Amino acid sequence: MELINNLVLGFGVAFTWINLAYAFFGALLGTLIGVLPGLGPVATIAMLLPSIYALDATPALIMLAGIYYGAQYGGSTTAILINVPGESASVVTAIDGYQMARKGRAGPALAAAALGSFFAGCVGTLVIAAFAPPLTELAFKFGPAEYFSLMVLGLIGAVVLASGSLIKAISMIVLGLLLGQINTDVISGVPRFSFDIAELTDGIGFVAIAMGVFGFGEIIANLGRPAEHREVFTKDVKGIWPSKQDFQDAWPAVLRGTALGSVLGVLPGGGALLSSFAAYTLEKKSRGRSDEVPFGKGNIRGVAGPESANNAGSQTSFIPMLTLGIPPNAVMALMVGAMTIKGIQPGPQVMTSNPELFWGLIASMWVGNAMLVILNLPLIGIWIKLLTVPYRVLFPAILAFCCIGLYTLNNNNFDVYMAVLFGVAGYVFYKLGCEPAPLLLGFILGPMMEENLRRALLLSRGDWTAFLTRPLSAGLLIAAALMIVVVTLPSIKKKREEAFQEEA
Amino acid sequence: MKIKSERDFWSGMMFLVVGLGFAWGALNYSFGSSARPGPAYFPFGLGIMLALLGAFTIFEALTIETEDGEPVGAFAWRPLLVILGAVALFGALLPRLGMFITLPVLILLASMATEEFTWLSAVINTVVLTVFSWLVFSKGLGLTIPLWPTMTFGG
Repeated sequence: MELINNLVLGFGVAFTWINLAYAFFGALLGTLIGVLPGLGPVATIAMLLPSIYALDATPALIMLAGIYYGAQYGGSTTAILINVPGESASVVTAIDGYQMARKGRAGPALAAAALGSFFAGCVGTLVIAAFAPPLTELAFKFGPAEYFSLMVLGLIGAVVLASGSLIKAISMIVLGLLLGQINTDVISGVPRFSFDIAELTDGIGFVAIAMGVFGFGEIIANLGRPAEHREVFTKDVKGIWPSKQDFQDAWPAVLRGTALGSVLGVLPGGGALLSSFAAYTLEKKSRGRSDEVPFGKGNIRGVAGPESANNAGSQTSFIPMLTLGIPPNAVMALMVGAMTIKGIQPGPQVMTSNPELFWGLIASMWVGNAMLVILNLPLIGIWIKLLTVPYRVLFPAILAFCCIGLYTLNNNNFDVYMAVLFGVAGYVFYKLGCEPAPLLLGFILGPMMEENLRRALLLSRGDWTAFLTRPLSAGLLIAAALMIVVVTLPSIKKKREEAFQEEA
Repeated sequence: MKIKSERDFWSGMMFLVVGLGFAWGALNYSFGSSARPGPAYFPFGLGIMLALLGAFTIFEALTIETEDGEPVGAFAWRPLLVILGAVALFGALLPRLGMFITLPVLILLASMATEEFTWLSAVINTVVLTVFSWLVFSKGLGLTIPLWPTMTFGG
């Protein structure tokens, strides 16, 4: 019955006018940036971080969360209508969704995506509410050695399951960890790698890194590509409502996608992106009607499954962040940053020290999902209009908001210059094919990891085997090692490459 | 020796150099011992690890065949320099000239980064964005942004 009490508390918080307003604003903004290609949730949340100084912690986090799951809804719209995923998690939706749109069935595709996402969002919210408390209990048993090992597992998991070169992704993590070392050493008080620059003794702002790499770097990369010619199927969106047959086809896919997404979201490195890829593969493997449209030609299951999965995954990826303070992906890394800005130390104590924030945030996700269905189905016409906004109008706006955000963060132009530097770095990463998300994760976890490593060594009197003799810590490290071994096995390596190539 | 993957080769180089740089920089701080790790302990270890990963990436780039040699490709110098130059200029000018001058400079300059630049749409965009930013960030959210030039010449 505790679950119900907690949810009652949460809904009490979520249904105050101010929180409803911010949930709505977050969902709206999320849909907007999901629809606009070239602007993702990472850059948007980074852009908004300075403005949350003016807000209370609860509405601020409710809004930022809304942006993340709202982007999953909006991203599917562009994927279906113009074959350009507005958000990376919608890449697979484009395959069958766009084909449906070409056949004049854009309406049912959009409906399957939105309704599937809503169902998944409801389930995801319940999963968080049910699983967060026991995980929190477990987290309290963790010592520094366990935390260190958990972070190793989290970081490895984040790259093993992602696409691209494994070794480069691990290198990017280490690079991020090193960038996190530019600060004043907490234990001895020695400024490190600061080159006698006063601002650097506090460390590089993660907003400067996120905006430089994900904001500026991306704009430059987009402008460097030749302008694409897009075909927008706007006039074809007539009947939104799917047929009875569509419902029958889509329903099992929604259930499978939700289940898969809920599980994968909790895993380190999981979240929306991984969930949608996995769900698409699962749908292709599972048998549908004998006379159904083949995959890649406009099968509704190829839309419903991944869209449900990415929404469930984006929701349950809050679990490790809320209970352990460990972000499983770049967006959650920014959420950790946002909590720190509001003076809340992320970790298992949040649930007991800030119950209104904790349960309010969870309940607001359900509220936000309900708002998103309304925003996305009846109002689809407005979003379609937005698709016609050309990038040359859009990117100066992104740039302007980033710059204002960077300056107002500390009322100092130092962060602006740092972001320029990371803009160069971001473009170089793009040209060299180095995925930047692991870098941000490493950067956020770096100081925490060092502190726990040093505390663990202090406790064990310099004995490194402590990480392996403590059962929980050993288990986590073995899991991390297994993950690496498994993906480097030649047969699986080939499969993994195939899987990503097929869907890319 | 021929480079088989240009992108991986230069990625490896970047990791190697940055890793060694951090490890070398860490030499300035105290190591402590395993029982009492000092400020250099963690960054030195990480720096060496990154350098090794970089070396391995270079090795792979030189030995594993790829179909097209994975070229890095041409840099988009125009957007790179224009965009980042405009942002740096924004950082330099804002404290002195205020938002109502600096923001239009940023937006107009940045708009020139694309080949589709037209004065009309750039000017409209500038006016709309400047007014919007003022209303939202300065009025609405109450963030402290200098709005007009400060008249303090020579301190």
